[in-house]
Amino acid sequence: MAKTVNVWLDGHHVEVPDTMTIIEAADKYGVHIPRLCYHPDLPPTANCGVCVVEVSGNPTPKRACCTPVAEGMKITTNSNKLRSYRKTLTEMILSHHDVKCPTCSANNKCELQSLANNLGVNPDALPNIMPNTPIDDSSLSIVRDVTKCIACGRCVTVCNEVQTVYALTFSDRGIHAHIDTAFSNGIANSPCVNCGQCTVYCPTGALRERNDLDGVWEAILDPTKHVVVQEAPAIRVSLAEEFGMELGTVTAKKMYAALRKIGFDAIMDTNFTADLTILEEGTECVTKLKSGSKRPLITSCSPGWIKFMETYYPDLADCVSTAKSPMSMFGVLAKTYYTQEHGLDPANIVSVAIMPCTAKKFEAARPELRDSGYQDTDFVLTTREFIRMIKEAGIDFKEIKEEDADEGMSFYTGAGTIFGATGGVMEAAIRSAYTLVTGEELEAIDIMAVRGLKGVKEATIPVPGFGDLRVVVAHGLSNARIVMDKIREGLATTGESPWHFVEIMACPGGCVGGGGQPYGNNMAMRARRGEGLYKEDRNLPIRKSHHNPEVTRIYERFLGSPNSPLAVKLLHTHYFERSVNTGQIIKEATHKHH
Amino acid sequence: MYKEICNKYAPTKDNLIYILHDIQDTHPQHYISEEAVEVVSEYLKVPANHIFGVLTFYSMYSTKPRGTNIIRLCESPPCYIKGSDNILRKLKTMLSVNVGETTKDGAFTLELAACLGVCGNAPVMMVNDDVYGDLTEEKIEEIIGKIRGGN
Ligand code: SF4
Ligand code: SF4
Ligand code: SF4
Ligand code: FES
Repeated sequence: MAKTVNVWLDGHHVEVPDTMTIIEAADKYGVHIPRLCYHPDLPPTANCGVCVVEVSGNPTPKRACCTPVAEGMKITTNSNKLRSYRKTLTEMILSHHDVKCPTCSANNKCELQSLANNLGVNPDALPNIMPNTPIDDSSLSIVRDVTKCIACGRCVTVCNEVQTVYALTFSDRGIHAHIDTAFSNGIANSPCVNCGQCTVYCPTGALRERNDLDGVWEAILDPTKHVVVQEAPAIRVSLAEEFGMELGTVTAKKMYAALRKIGFDAIMDTNFTADLTILEEGTECVTKLKSGSKRPLITSCSPGWIKFMETYYPDLADCVSTAKSPMSMFGVLAKTYYTQEHGLDPANIVSVAIMPCTAKKFEAARPELRDSGYQDTDFVLTTREFIRMIKEAGIDFKEIKEEDADEGMSFYTGAGTIFGATGGVMEAAIRSAYTLVTGEELEAIDIMAVRGLKGVKEATIPVPGFGDLRVVVAHGLSNARIVMDKIREGLATTGESPWHFVEIMACPGGCVGGGGQPYGNNMAMRARRGEGLYKEDRNLPIRKSHHNPEVTRIYERFLGSPNSPLAVKLLHTHYFERSVNTGQIIKEATHKHH
Repeated sequence: MYKEICNKYAPTKDNLIYILHDIQDTHPQHYISEEAVEVVSEYLKVPANHIFGVLTFYSMYSTKPRGTNIIRLCESPPCYIKGSDNILRKLKTMLSVNVGETTKDGAFTLELAACLGVCGNAPVMMVNDDVYGDLTEEKIEEIIGKIRGGN
């Protein structure tokens, strides 16, 4: 049990639990202690030393991020000695840093930049001895620039502890310490699953997404190309905060207006194919349930999760839904159904996806996702890239007049929109699977047990004619491991999975916490964005995917029925087994059914 | 062969540094290859990135092939005051290598070491397990020549 202790912060008496560190206590009471490596979502690495404070009874300053509070502690957070100490440390960091802020991807969001600015650091205090390390641009998703790295270690914690992917490590030590992949083989030849969580937690521009903006602008400005754009559910709740509006506000219609102004030819919405996914995956699930299979069905929309599964759990690949992600379903339909409906040549279509996700760039490039006869999705832009695009086009996003998307593959229900938050796919699936099994409509459609930020969420839903449907939701790959290990164990011992249906998202919080989201993407912000999506769901006239009229229409005019031969050909995929050391394909883990 | 070395030790994480030592010592080029790390990683269930971190943290391990003889010149202040930088220059020119590199014939690798604990005889270096003190440029020629001749 935590005890309450009395602590004096710069002379102010406060009472805090003794489980807190000094920096946590200071943050709680609004006293700002400068810091660089500490992040409230992560265990402290205590690498930078910037957070030093003076503590009564201690001759030398203490690091506030890793020193627990104690009864009677008197803490001084600001003194000439501390200021000069922090300044020197920051000057040392800048002395082996490639300081080019105006063109840096982290400009204005960079924690080193703002610290140096706040402390009034002299950038030329020390000679620059920056090591000339080449940029690692081997990956389709993540770019690593060691010349901007301050060795804070956040990415190592995120990659190894939060995501348990084991791609990044510290290499060398002392002043030479830096971040690397095993044997300096580069991100593309590591087990990296492209989740991008390292990029959102990196305090500087050392880790970022691969920039695909040039290709998209080129397509937009090419009169022979018809550029179709889709936006993931999470995008509509992640723009407001960047343009002076309240965090988590739903801005779908401003987003459409901005896309039109930028020059996209057809403004559609991934939420439509999210609804379609529910029909495809839900039907797959119901078929499996009815067959009496003891193996679970696991969701497949998160590409970071898929690569993780292919690397660490290929033996369970047959349990993962064959349904492509909503992005990839959209991609293939843009070059088949959409072109057919509009009398266009698929060769002239450029299909762009705006995603909260860095792993989607890797997904789009998968060679098996070309069932339209072309690469199904041509370009993926992260939320951060899209924000840069809005700014480059000089759009006043806050003031832009709301517009609708183009008709067709843009119509969505509340079920489609909650895909962007952890538990949302599960909730959407239950709303429809219930009907698929019983022929009746589920009345209580707010499935609170699968909402929220708890790492592993379980629920049991009574389904007449079937019995208890046991489901589980995990977000963040360390939580995925917990669930997958239990499934593996269940199958090995009793021959039965503990759950029928499993949702897994690679990123903590689900897509609203994706690796392509605006910098400063902490858990508290992820929660607010998630709430924004649930609010939109409540306000939409239709809240179940199987009631989406455009989904009904696409089955009538094109696909036939869920899991029909054409639907399987276009909307389903297969998986591989990958090396835990290099991430490269070893062999097929499942086969594509035709 | 890496698997055989692993099998000599219980598959617990505490044995990581011993296994790595054993692998390096028994390798004719005194190093730990990527292939070796993959075998150890699987044996101990320790991710390869972690093992790479350990290998680069300790200066005693090498991830690159090294020469038959490993020269480790002390770079601590007492040796520096007594002129270890001249000795380093001499070694570099004589062997035509930089620090961390191996001679073309594979005979020598030149490395720097933290204090070797014989500051009384500074400047000091080790060649394999032998310590050489009170170094001068002439002595370097002699030592290298002798080892070359003896091979
Ligand atoms: S990482 Fe930060 S300090 Fe460094 S160049 Fe980029 S913005 Fe400037
Ligand atoms: S993208 Fe994810 S898996 Fe890849 S290095 Fe970053 S945190 Fe690790
Ligand atoms: S890459 Fe970024 S998060 Fe990782 S250690 Fe460097 S500065 Fe920190
Ligand atoms: S913030 Fe405490 S050591 Fe970096």
